[in-house]
Amino acid sequence: MRKLTNRIYIGLVFLFLYIPIFVLIANSFNASKSRTVWTGFTFDWYVKLFHNETILGSLLNTLIIALVASVAATLLGTLAAIGIYNMKKVTRTIVMNISYLPIINPEIVTGVSLMLLFVAMKIELGYVTLILAHITFCVPYVILNVLPKLRQMDRNLYEAALDLGCTPTLAFRKVVIPEIMPGIMTGFLMSITYSIDDFVISYFTHGATSQTLPITIFSMTRRKVSPEVNALSAILFVVILAIMIIMNVSEMRKLPEDQRRRAAKAAKKGGRA
Amino acid sequence: MDKNKIIELKGIFKEYNGEQVLKGIDLDIHDKEFVTFLGPSGCGKTTTLRIIGGFVTPDSGDVLFNGRRVNDVPPYKRAVNTVFQKYALFPHLNVYENVAFGLRLKKEKESVIAAKVAEMLDLVNLRGFEKRSVSLLSGGQQQRVAIARALCNEPKVLLLDEPLGALDLQLRKEMQIELKKIQQRLEITFIYVTHDQEEALTMSDTVVVMNGGVIQQIGTPQDIYNEPVNAFVAKFIGESNILPGIMHEDYKVEFAGDNFECVDKGFRHLEPVDVVIRPEDITICPPSDKVINGLVESVLFKGVHYEIMVRAYSDLWKIHSTKAPEVGSVVGIDFTPEDIHIMRKMESSEDYAALEHLNEQRAGTGEEAGTVE
Repeated sequence: MRKLTNRIYIGLVFLFLYIPIFVLIANSFNASKSRTVWTGFTFDWYVKLFHNETILGSLLNTLIIALVASVAATLLGTLAAIGIYNMKKVTRTIVMNISYLPIINPEIVTGVSLMLLFVAMKIELGYVTLILAHITFCVPYVILNVLPKLRQMDRNLYEAALDLGCTPTLAFRKVVIPEIMPGIMTGFLMSITYSIDDFVISYFTHGATSQTLPITIFSMTRRKVSPEVNALSAILFVVILAIMIIMNVSEMRKLPEDQRRRAAKAAKKGGRA
Repeated sequence: MDKNKIIELKGIFKEYNGEQVLKGIDLDIHDKEFVTFLGPSGCGKTTTLRIIGGFVTPDSGDVLFNGRRVNDVPPYKRAVNTVFQKYALFPHLNVYENVAFGLRLKKEKESVIAAKVAEMLDLVNLRGFEKRSVSLLSGGQQQRVAIARALCNEPKVLLLDEPLGALDLQLRKEMQIELKKIQQRLEITFIYVTHDQEEALTMSDTVVVMNGGVIQQIGTPQDIYNEPVNAFVAKFIGESNILPGIMHEDYKVEFAGDNFECVDKGFRHLEPVDVVIRPEDITICPPSDKVINGLVESVLFKGVHYEIMVRAYSDLWKIHSTKAPEVGSVVGIDFTPEDIHIMRKMESSEDYAALEHLNEQRAGTGEEAGTVE
């Protein structure tokens, strides 16, 4: 009995979470433009989508910006995390809090202040400002993911590498980097996700020619929601789902039994709060 | 010096956050010697080891390798390798790659590496484990990998920082014997840090007893056990009865309300001293006028022997015996003059001046103080 209620409860939770997405996916195949009436199955919206230059252009923008910003943020964030890790306790606490501030700060404040800064510095709003803005809000997430890995690492590992003949640089490359790699990767993937996801900050920092996908979708829905947007959203959802499944499966295959449990724990910690 | 010194520490001082961890360490370590730093936690033994390894720079004093000053030589250029307390194996590499790590850095040929790794894994009885992930090994196996990895670089000196601390008793005893064998076979110097006195006595050629950042005594395990220089060493190495006494003249000491013959000399007239008698040196006999008589307060079975507590006047004696007297009975406490160890009283175990003085005296009687034989 208890088991049954548990299952019903879980079912309800999942239903609540996923019904909107299923409605959207269903609508993307709806022949009618109306969102309430089902008139027949069609691929038209998908075909139209792939002929829509604006959408495809902004998709490309989004991907380029996400990639560039994430790589830069991962580099900066990893170096910052190592710096913070080696600081004295008081300085470390202060610097950590400062670097976490952008996460707590309302996005709209970050967006507006970045825009003001760029305008004040006379940097034309466009690709450069978008990338800079995205790096700014991605760096804390990388730090947040790399720092725990550094803390978990046995400090003696680095010393053991020195002991066996590594110069400090070599020890860092051969031992520290592989140890914190999962954190770096999580940070990188989170950066990509947030960068693709971001609307508010991008809204304030983009230029006329550098629209990202969320901004394009937003401006499309302002007029009337085109079913093309449904099709686009459905594709995004499926792609993300596929990436997630592939990642998890390959992780499971790669890791031996005991590390699997650890990875599961790390994944939980890495998830968005 | 009949044997060549491989490492010399000269007047090493080290301070951490305003706390003086090492207060003038002077020590010579010789080739092919098994030296153990023994002391309670916080005595500075690990810091001393890390100074030799190059991970810590002393505030003052010199570290010499084969007579050459190496204070500023980084760890990766020193001819020593370390076995870390928690093994510090590289989790992303398998057993083979962990052991081969040092050789790969030297850009050795693959065939050379393979032969050396096989030899090392053989040495630590881990043949056939090459492809295993280190995180899947037991504590004892990880320990062996750590030893193989450190030895693969053919160091002149191997540093071991409480390497057996995390193992269970049985395994620890096996590894003690094995480590000693490895050391003798490879004929290199081992510097071993432990807080386990039994471990130190079992394995070492030389034991360096440390406390409060100061070397208390250096000597063979037999010396340390039989002739502790002060109450700290006596207490730390094995169990002991330490009683306040007064030295009347050479070979005559007063303690526990009586005068006793002893084998120690060279004290001032009426000098206050500490008298140490090991519990296993005491024999229980029928009470008589010739011995100290006391009341049996408790008897505890310890396996090999009974631990008997006997109250005589204000003193509580600890006695080890295979026969158990009845609790509440009166017994005699008997020992020979050789069982009485007289030690100069120290203000505290850290009383460096007193120790210095004692060392000088030992040096004067033909023994070498402050150096390892």
